[in-house]
Amino acid sequence: MTAAREMPIASNGDVVLVRQYVRGVAVEMGLSLVDQTKVVTAASELARNALVYAGGGAVRVETVENGRRRGVRLTFSDEGPGIPDVDRAMTDGWSSGTGLGLGLSGSRRLVDEFDLESAPGKGTVVTVTKWGR
Amino acid sequence: MERVPILKIGDILIVSIQVDLEDQSVLTLQEDLAEAVVKHAARGVIIDISVVEIVDSFIGRMLATIAGMSRMLDAQTVVVGMRPAVAITLVELGLNLGGVRTALNLEKGIALLDHVRSAAR
Ligand SMILES: Nc1ncnc2c1ncn2[C@@H]1O[C@H](COP(=O)(O)OP(=O)(O)OP(=O)(O)O)[C@@H](O)[C@H]1O
Ligand SMILES: [Mg+2]
Repeated sequence: MTAAREMPIASNGDVVLVRQYVRGVAVEMGLSLVDQTKVVTAASELARNALVYAGGGAVRVETVENGRRRGVRLTFSDEGPGIPDVDRAMTDGWSSGTGLGLGLSGSRRLVDEFDLESAPGKGTVVTVTKWGR
Repeated sequence: MERVPILKIGDILIVSIQVDLEDQSVLTLQEDLAEAVVKHAARGVIIDISVVEIVDSFIGRMLATIAGMSRMLDAQTVVVGMRPAVAITLVELGLNLGGVRTALNLEKGIALLDHVRSAAR
């Protein structure tokens, strides 16, 4: 299995690289085309959030196994301002800026497991997992 | 940064997105298209996304913005060739492309523009 990889998110170009790498790992884990598309879309949203709201961060891309199931796990972390009201940020359509407010809430629907930890002033960690069927 | 070429056929502009675009390129395309619509007095814009593997909220917003902007400049936009996996993902993401006309392929997109224009006459 592919070793875990840590990738920087410091520019728009890095967001593209993250999308492409996640696609490759999802293919390798045998995810269906629809599931690949979902996890890559979630990765794009979460990487952009780290870039836009925290000025950058990193993602750890790893493969996971549970019995015969295989999947991909992504851990996005940044040391930005954090999210003061997580419930509000997770609401469809809520954006502190001019976004559509769908990145976090939409990503949660696109993956199987979603965990968000954030503390004001400390940063944000979002972990998502997508399993093959 | 990639710059997406804009083709002109009659009074229709055609854009085919061939590579995974970074956000800055998406914004540049939006501006280039607005200028091209005015410069060529285009009546229709077709955006071919048949090789695009994901549409996230950023690209989705671009499609809606281009549609709205060209409407204001007296042109119609049709997005063609969306992959089924992309459509499924967009719905689940919650993105509503309500104001954006779509067609299954380029040919149907051109036919749709012709239809819209003859109806408007
Ligand atoms: N990594 C982060 N650090 C700090 N704040 C964040 C982070 N990610 C999200 N947020 C906050 O949560 C809000 C909601 O994020 P979400 O991605 O759902 O929407 P958006 O980025 O505003 O718009 P969209 O992603 O639809 O273009 C953001 O507006 C921002 O205030
Ligand atoms: Mg976002």
